[in-house]
Amino acid sequence: MSIFEWSFVAAVLTSATPILFAALAGALCAQAGVFNIALEGQMLWGAFAAVAGSYYTGNAWAGVLVAVLSTAIYSVILAVGAARWKADPIIIAIGTNLLSLGLTGFLLRVLFDTSGSFAPQGLNGIGTMPFLNGIPVIGDVFAGQSVLVPLAFVLIVAAGLWLRLTPGGLRLRGVGEHPDAAATLGIGVARYQAWVTILGGGLCGLAGAQLSLGNVTLFTENMTAGRGWIAVAAVILVANKAFWLPVACLGFGAAEALGFRLQGIGAPQQLTDAAPYAITLVVLVIMRVVVTRRRTHALTPKETLV
Amino acid sequence: MSTAAVELRAISRRFDAVVANDGIDLVLARGTVHAVMGENGAGKSTLMSILFGLVRPDSGEIIVDGEARSFQSPLDAIAAGLGMVHQHFRLFDSMTVAENVVFGAEPTRGGRIDRAAADARVRSLAERYGLDTDPQARVGDLSAGARQRVEILKALHRDARILILDEPTAVLTPSEVTSLFTVIRRAAEGGTTVVLVTHKIQEVLDVSTEVTVLRDGRVSGRFVTADTTSAELVRAMTGREVEVVANPGTGTLGETVLEVEGVSVVDARVERVSNVSLAVRRGEIVGIAGVSGNGQHDLVAAILGTTPVSAGRILLGGDDVTGAPVAARRSAGLAVIPEDRRGEGSAVTMSITENLSLGHHRQPPIGRPKGFGRGWMSLPAARTRASEQISSYDIRTSGEKQPVGSLSGGNAQKVVIARELAFDAPLLIAEQPTQGVDVGAIEAIHGRLLDYRASGRGILLVSHEISELLALADRVLVMFAGEIVAEFDRSQASAERIGAAMAGAAAAAGEEWTA
Repeated sequence: MSIFEWSFVAAVLTSATPILFAALAGALCAQAGVFNIALEGQMLWGAFAAVAGSYYTGNAWAGVLVAVLSTAIYSVILAVGAARWKADPIIIAIGTNLLSLGLTGFLLRVLFDTSGSFAPQGLNGIGTMPFLNGIPVIGDVFAGQSVLVPLAFVLIVAAGLWLRLTPGGLRLRGVGEHPDAAATLGIGVARYQAWVTILGGGLCGLAGAQLSLGNVTLFTENMTAGRGWIAVAAVILVANKAFWLPVACLGFGAAEALGFRLQGIGAPQQLTDAAPYAITLVVLVIMRVVVTRRRTHALTPKETLV
Repeated sequence: MSTAAVELRAISRRFDAVVANDGIDLVLARGTVHAVMGENGAGKSTLMSILFGLVRPDSGEIIVDGEARSFQSPLDAIAAGLGMVHQHFRLFDSMTVAENVVFGAEPTRGGRIDRAAADARVRSLAERYGLDTDPQARVGDLSAGARQRVEILKALHRDARILILDEPTAVLTPSEVTSLFTVIRRAAEGGTTVVLVTHKIQEVLDVSTEVTVLRDGRVSGRFVTADTTSAELVRAMTGREVEVVANPGTGTLGETVLEVEGVSVVDARVERVSNVSLAVRRGEIVGIAGVSGNGQHDLVAAILGTTPVSAGRILLGGDDVTGAPVAARRSAGLAVIPEDRRGEGSAVTMSITENLSLGHHRQPPIGRPKGFGRGWMSLPAARTRASEQISSYDIRTSGEKQPVGSLSGGNAQKVVIARELAFDAPLLIAEQPTQGVDVGAIEAIHGRLLDYRASGRGILLVSHEISELLALADRVLVMFAGEIVAEFDRSQASAERIGAAMAGAAAAAGEEWTA
């Protein structure tokens, strides 16, 4: 059985997509100077809300919409608490992360009278894109995926362009870099930070929806299993270099996909479960070293000019 | 329409017990360069913060272009045509010059920032005012002078007609100063009103048309620059009566306890201390005069060992301690009264007893270096010692358990001084020992320092107060822009001469004070 084939690339993307959305949320917040470690809990809530929404409406897209909106509302706790009332964002984030875990488990019992996992008959997942079949490479990679997979990449590119090209993006970056300077130029720093945190909540809703309705069609307790933290680590370690963010997320995706493959050829499950996290850490550290070294090289000659 | 661009009438502002501005009137005529001078704490910064809407006055009026204004924030001030270049730049290092200039007021096309228009705007402003700059350069890569030009462009982009420059030359090289002055003159000729906040006399004489001098929160002099002299400005700035607390005169000088040989300190790419040499002997107090920020603090940090030197040697009692850790220097015979009493001098949440024991906690009677109980402190011994020091230094407190942070400035300083003098070190560095201290405590502290010298030890006294240096020092060295620019013996020292050297007048005018 060959390890590399197009289906493997597809598996990498499947695994990476939820983290891509969450990391995008974290990176946007970081640009505005908000250290958002609430991604894990928001993603978990999003995953639950997507399944619940799909279950009650019978429509996967309604589930996605419920996930995005409810997670955005959920993130208001962090947005308003930290930006408006100057509470410690770390404490709020820890609180909401724990709340998500407890709340989803609780609602699982109350609403669906079950615990552990919830995969009712007829639960609708996000549809695949069979119309791409037959197109070489693109069909192989994307036909079996949910629309959210390419959307993740579209959003990352769009966010990058928005940050670079528009007044709003410029101001957002300014708010993060030097809030006092931005404030004296008339920018409402707290307002920018609150809105970007809420936008991040919406993205975490997408991350959760892709996890529970895209990658699989079920919800299990704590199904994010640290993916939000991987996204946080990616955001910190790529040091806000947007280009490296997808690389880091794909690294995790590759490690997870590889783990599934290795399981298929009989590797012990404990090893393959742990592998993605271990490999991701190694990848992130290596990337950090590369990114840092590049930056130093880039600066040195200019510094001597001064 | 009057020719006044701005009129400040009877501006007053208190911060707790301190009156920063006390009924200040200031008239800025359109198209002039108006210097606002004064020593540290004279009220310049508060006044400018009020003018720019950063601080609200307790009373008084702000009239811009004949219209009374009430600024709730800098935005209102900007809208009224004011622009301010802060001493500490407020720039986004990761962005380009053009991005920094247009930030918050970007030209757009189809929802996107119109970069071509932004660059063109920067270029045209730069050309009009002679501000040499590259719109595409990343601000983080620029020199201090270039960053300052970006700040000026920011104000001009928002159509500032009144430009406040707060200590603009503090971070500039001499040639950058020259080109800044060209910019200032050109702006004034074009009808912009420039406010130059500074304590440097030479700059005022070089570039301003009118001068207002502040002292202790009040206007102490108004001059037309062409009709004034540097001596007159010095007098207006430092003119308080100098009370000479008698230094009983030089005793017998003993061995050298501190030698600083050609020391330079570089911090954040700026040379803070340039090739400074000095020596302190037993039985003398060597004073270092200088306006705050001319390298005195960096020099002290280099001697103490909290900042590395980039060149030169430091010897304590004849031993080379360059590069040695702080603890080694202290045990080689060094005690320090730091300038920042709350940050470096004391642990504010800890009790008086604990603060007095710091650094003494390893030696008897508090510490037990050997035997049973080794490594433990004797709290009864610490308390006994603390109550002795509290009474001998007359520290006014509710008890030795009171946290140092809740003491008055003078009493907190006495705690620091009691602790440091108790080291019996051959060299004491006293940095601003009476800053923010009431008159009674100043007298007590001065007495202690003179006693310490009389007991045959050396003191390096850093002070911004000329009167303090005249009262205590046997020799006064003046630091300006990181260098020692003048040295006065006790007999030659006078407030005017030291003040002029502090303001850089001696260095700039090439006069020889040292004789």
